[in-house]
Amino acid sequence: MNATQSSRHRRVGDSPAIKWLLIGTAVAVAIALLIMPLLVIFVEALGAGWGTLADNLTDQYTLHAIGLTLFVAALTVPLNLVFGTALAWLVTRFRFPGRKLLITLIDIPFAVSPVVAGLLYLLLYGRNGWVGSWLADHDMQLMFSWPGIVMVTVFVTCPFVARELIPLMQQQGSEEEEAGVVLGASGWRIFRTITLPNIKWALIYGVVLTNARAVGEFGAVSVVSGNIRGQTNTLPLHVELLYQDYNIVGAFASASLLAGIAVFTLAVKGFVEWRQTRTLNRLQTEEAA
Amino acid sequence: MTITVDGINKRFGQFQALNNVSLNIPEGKLTALLGPSDSGKTTLLRIIAGLESADSGQVAFSGKDVTKLHVRDRNIGFVFQHYALFRHMTVAQNIAFGLESLPRKQRPPKSEIQKRVSELLEMIQLPHLAQRFPAQLSGGQKQRVALARSIATRPKILLLDEPFGALDAKVRKDLRRWLRNLHDEFHFTSIFVTHDQEEALELSDQVVVMSQGNVEQVNEPTELYARPDSRFVFDFLGQVNVLSGELKHGSLSQGNARVTLPGIQHQGNAQLYLRPHEVRLATVPAEHANLPLRIEAVSLIGSEVRVELRPEGWASEGSDNIWEVGISHAEFNDQRPARGDLRYAVPEVGHLFTGKDTQPETVSWAEADSFPRVRLIN
Repeated sequence: MNATQSSRHRRVGDSPAIKWLLIGTAVAVAIALLIMPLLVIFVEALGAGWGTLADNLTDQYTLHAIGLTLFVAALTVPLNLVFGTALAWLVTRFRFPGRKLLITLIDIPFAVSPVVAGLLYLLLYGRNGWVGSWLADHDMQLMFSWPGIVMVTVFVTCPFVARELIPLMQQQGSEEEEAGVVLGASGWRIFRTITLPNIKWALIYGVVLTNARAVGEFGAVSVVSGNIRGQTNTLPLHVELLYQDYNIVGAFASASLLAGIAVFTLAVKGFVEWRQTRTLNRLQTEEAA
Repeated sequence: MTITVDGINKRFGQFQALNNVSLNIPEGKLTALLGPSDSGKTTLLRIIAGLESADSGQVAFSGKDVTKLHVRDRNIGFVFQHYALFRHMTVAQNIAFGLESLPRKQRPPKSEIQKRVSELLEMIQLPHLAQRFPAQLSGGQKQRVALARSIATRPKILLLDEPFGALDAKVRKDLRRWLRNLHDEFHFTSIFVTHDQEEALELSDQVVVMSQGNVEQVNEPTELYARPDSRFVFDFLGQVNVLSGELKHGSLSQGNARVTLPGIQHQGNAQLYLRPHEVRLATVPAEHANLPLRIEAVSLIGSEVRVELRPEGWASEGSDNIWEVGISHAEFNDQRPARGDLRYAVPEVGHLFTGKDTQPETVSWAEADSFPRVRLIN
């Protein structure tokens, strides 16, 4: 009797054998594919001691690469912050023909390989490109210099903020904003005191993801930058360059920097995600009530 | 402030939400916009507020055209169905929002705003919840905060979109009474949208019945209930019993059922509409009516006993072929009607619809009644 009762209470997936098999597989895969490589980076970077690591990081070209990478991220993030917020506002607060199409189009940078994106920019804005040849006549160069790097980085990272905001803003609806207008608030006041606080955490999450991708982007940037050491070399490109020069320790030193940024980003992302699920859960319980 | 709506049309794609609607909302009165879903009542309210724009037509406040005036500048109070409280602001901040949004010149000083907020909190009896967030309030409390917020800037017009729709029955009744008192005290010109006919009839000074984007009828609640213009209004305003049949020589009949209609000349198809309280039940047919019915259910809940009956040898139109008759508890104790018993409906007052779009003729059998009703005095 007892046995049948306990078996009736057993739910799908409750079998201990299956449970531990799944957990074991997941842990093994995570160690082999994620944790080991990450550890190797730091071990290799520190293989020749802290002094060498410091020397490698303060190398003239490395410092320039770090500077350029941060500069590109510093331009990309605010641009996409404004663009993503405006886009999310547009598709969640207005009804117009082609709205669904626009929501799908936002995902193009996710669907297209970054190398292809870089090539397209090169063909369009390069010296022989449609737009590029006109720009060259006016003494403006976009490709193989920092503006080109910023352009492709903006392209590759533009969906992150909008993608985070759209579902949240859809769920929250526009009633609060309507209430604000009826109460006489100006558009800017509504955005600042009603909309922004409601989407704050999703916005931060989107920024964190945008920043991580902007710092780490390789494919698209490598096509349009021209890899000029000390001029158009970003940190990911610098890692590859050092590696090809057989400067393994130098490559790992720079790579450890990127990995460090990634780990830090993950920590911030985890925190923001936790805050956000809390808000969403509260929203849902409110709706259910 | 009076509100005048003139020739409003509104279309959402293929759907005609409002069809040439014109209305007069008298000053200081509480008006209900009543109708089933998709009748256009909420759309009309939002157009009056300025949250939606009409395709054509005009809205005027006290004769002044406000059609082109932005909602921000109309100075109205609006209460949303789902409260729309600012979720990251406290109750006090929510109520203060309208005052703090006033242009710098009209904005009262901080101390004055605080004073006004605490007065309003006092008025909605929630001063102890000033520092709470909306998520920590019950539905009824949220709605009261939403009301306080909407009247903080002392608007002359108060618009409410299904204000009690999301609340349970008990809270709803309390809030209704409270809103009525509030309205009487502040003399707003108020409009509220509802699909609940009881709420509309009980709470308002004037009811606007809407259906499919048209205004069906406008009248005071008692008049509206006593004299509906159309079959739709009749059906919508509470339970109705229908005998649909052939009218010949002043007698309406269908199957076993027959009702004599004194003074009616019309011949052909006709429907007799009877309210549950306009019919009584007898154990034998009356001289002027033979309407045999068998009792299906008896409900003792409420101030009246509700008897549901199924026509015997004829059929009723609509309402699942069920007639409903209300009798007093005293009458019930006297007669003890039970499920399965046969009874005869005796109409006292009825409303006869003949043509397609004609108004009903009210028929009374008070004198023709051969079984004078014994009024029981409690």
